[in-house]
Amino acid sequence: MSRSPMNAGLSRRQFVQAGGALLFAAECPITFATKANAAGGGAMMNSFVRIDPSNVITMLANHSEFGNGAYTVMTMMLAEELDVDYRAIEIEAAPTSPDYYSPLFREYLTAGSVTTGSTWLPMRTAGAKARAMLIEAAAQVWGVPQAELNTEAGEVHHVATGQRTPYGQLLESIHRLKIMPPDTVPLKDPSEFKVLGKPAKRHEGAAKVDGSAQFGIDLKLPGMLHGAIARPPVHGGRVVSFDATGALKMPGVVKVKAISAGVVVLAKSYWQAQKARGELKITWDRGSNDGVSSEQFYSEYRALAEQPGMLAEDIGDAKGALASADRVIESVYEMPLLAHATLEPLNCIAQVSEDACTIWSGTQYQSNDQEVISRFLGIPQENVTVHRPLMGGSFGRRSSKKADFTVEAVEAAMGENVPVKIIWSREEDIRSGHYRPLFVHKMRGSLDASGMPDAWHQVAVGQSLMQGSKHDPAYMVRGIDIYSLDGCLQEPFGVFPYGTSYQIPHHRVESHNAPRIGIVPQEWRSVGHTHTGIAYECFLDELADAGEIDPLDLRLRLSKDHARMNRVLRVLREKSQWDEPLGAGRGRGMAARIYSVSPIAQAVEVSVADNGDFTIDRVVCVLDCGFAVNPLGVEGQVEGGIAFGLGGAAFGNIDIVNGEVQQSNFHDYPVIRMSQMPKVEVHILPSDEPPTGVGEQATAPIAPAVANALFNATGRRVRRFPLSSQGFKLV
Amino acid sequence: MKLTVNGTEVDIASEGDTPLLWVLRDELDLVGTKYGCGMAQCGACTVHLEGHPVRSCVTPVSAAAGKAVVTIEGQADGAGLTAVQRAWLETDVAQCGYCQSGQIMVATALLKDNPAPTDDQIDTAMAGNVCRCGTYPRIRKAVHLAAKLIASEAVV
Repeated sequence: MSRSPMNAGLSRRQFVQAGGALLFAAECPITFATKANAAGGGAMMNSFVRIDPSNVITMLANHSEFGNGAYTVMTMMLAEELDVDYRAIEIEAAPTSPDYYSPLFREYLTAGSVTTGSTWLPMRTAGAKARAMLIEAAAQVWGVPQAELNTEAGEVHHVATGQRTPYGQLLESIHRLKIMPPDTVPLKDPSEFKVLGKPAKRHEGAAKVDGSAQFGIDLKLPGMLHGAIARPPVHGGRVVSFDATGALKMPGVVKVKAISAGVVVLAKSYWQAQKARGELKITWDRGSNDGVSSEQFYSEYRALAEQPGMLAEDIGDAKGALASADRVIESVYEMPLLAHATLEPLNCIAQVSEDACTIWSGTQYQSNDQEVISRFLGIPQENVTVHRPLMGGSFGRRSSKKADFTVEAVEAAMGENVPVKIIWSREEDIRSGHYRPLFVHKMRGSLDASGMPDAWHQVAVGQSLMQGSKHDPAYMVRGIDIYSLDGCLQEPFGVFPYGTSYQIPHHRVESHNAPRIGIVPQEWRSVGHTHTGIAYECFLDELADAGEIDPLDLRLRLSKDHARMNRVLRVLREKSQWDEPLGAGRGRGMAARIYSVSPIAQAVEVSVADNGDFTIDRVVCVLDCGFAVNPLGVEGQVEGGIAFGLGGAAFGNIDIVNGEVQQSNFHDYPVIRMSQMPKVEVHILPSDEPPTGVGEQATAPIAPAVANALFNATGRRVRRFPLSSQGFKLV
Repeated sequence: MKLTVNGTEVDIASEGDTPLLWVLRDELDLVGTKYGCGMAQCGACTVHLEGHPVRSCVTPVSAAAGKAVVTIEGQADGAGLTAVQRAWLETDVAQCGYCQSGQIMVATALLKDNPAPTDDQIDTAMAGNVCRCGTYPRIRKAVHLAAKLIASEAVV
């Protein structure tokens, strides 16, 4: 079998230039055990692969599974090079040690849709190196040249003599012959792929139809107590005093105590804890956020947007061009706070001893959890053990830099000699969470004589995700949070090696970091794009309308030098039948985005009734995600990404009045339901580029595409979200 | 208090006002039934009570006394997965999977009443079940496939 040399020798810079942008994985050294050590009755072939004598192959997964498909794509990569069935590979969450940190983040973190791209070479290399050791062992045992050996379905095979042996039976020989992992190993050429690039069903799918899948909320430990926390009515509030007399009389209640997050009731069951919590009498200090409101944030941010901000990009002379333009188009876009509302409510189990702590937590970010707990308890980081079960959705919420839902469980478990499990009620999740920050974007633009955009001036105002965090140096440029402007800049910025794909001759973008009061901002699926996508792509639509240019033509012309985006847009025109007229009451809109180097565009068709009720009849999505590792998974992520973004745009709104979140559960924080889910047509463009993740890509364009379609149907432009607040009700 | 859960009679120690959901999860260790909202807004906790889908998060266990409860764990039997579960697997419906127990319980009840539902009928029957991952298109497909599987197996 011919194998091309792996390109792991590429430097990070070369790899970026090769179009792999965020795939810094290329420089990842696989950390190999110094010898093929015995572990758990099996042999550790390298950091990621363990084979046991009965030929059970285990992958140590250093990325979380929360619906993103990480476990499927990672086992596919390993299976391809190791020549085993991906479904037969068992998965174990890798321990929280630097050996398993993401080569991109240098932390144990699953975020930014990077899993597929950043494991693409490491996981395949792990499989190929393990295979090379097995081949070497079999060759020595059988006394035949390595070149005559094949691998297939977990066995080494010598065709000439018909000898076969399962991998597991070669472990002893690997030990005895002191076979070491090779320094380099060839990887399969894509033309030889049997698994990668083919539709593959979810690795853990079977456990998700019979109720056996174990989420964090499902775990039960001997002697475990269940905790429910009464949280302050205002973010940042504190307990002054509490009276637990009534609560302590309730069945099953063991203890009531104040912790930083509020007052926790510990009981024998969760229901008992939750019910007793209702009997607490608590005096709160409402803190510095008492009195703040979403409307106040909007008005302060609007005022800030009129002031010069930190300058991120200034191409040409936008101010001059706007000053001399005959006509300047101006708009302000306003996007509310949004909750993640993962269907599995946040939860964490913690057990604390004198100098160690163990947590069981559905987390995207276990090295940070470990760090925060280690600081909180004053114990060495390695004394914090993290067990990571499956997660019932995350969408960014379980990547908290503050490790809020984790460290509070640790605090609740302090002084108890049993594990303590905290579960958030849905009301706590909606009211006391972290949110997609509220943003205001002030937009100004002008046209050239042909009606094309000539000058663009944008000022973004909102809370920074990264300011003051340990990521500050990496994701802030001269004080500017690069996520606040993701997809607004024409040139690469900071560690984001891509621009909008558009070229507007005069392009100026500024930002303000809003004061850090009110709430804790948190990444929400597609992060900056959740608001920048709306501001950029809706305002572009306004300029197209002002210049009387078809919105798709306009984007084709602006992206003429960006081959990948241009191809996406051309296919979108064809697949969406863009140029075919729609009937009365109907409308069509589109939006396009570069998400971490990968272009995506969506065309949306809506039908709008006179009262503003509307249906989404069709979404056509064209994307280029590089090599599509699992097309079936990509399609699912695209549908899901659209559903998530659509819900936020249609009716997502966390509204703060007098410091208190007004919403509490799915009746007043609605999410997309089946009858509202549009028909989605997904077109994945064939590509030989390195793969990029798609967990967030499809969320980015959907909100502006829908808003633009509503404008097309009705002539009414939405500039404050959600759509439901402006008389457009998705039915 | 006694109830029959997945065909087995069990004695319940929890207080009578405890929601059936928490009895199943915390007392009987049947954790396939999920907590999502606690107020019958999301459907993740759906079980069958006397053959009908109910939201176990708002059903006090006392209301199930002496009755038959079937959960997701009671779907597959010695003969293997049900047609609905097989259709779910074949269609690769699940993403995070947290809502899917509830979705499968509602779809199973729907297909008993209506062996060949239209898209609109599926949408209506399943409107109470939230999926934050947005697997709705595949759920719709899987319900149609399950209907076909059930029909073809009935003929055989």
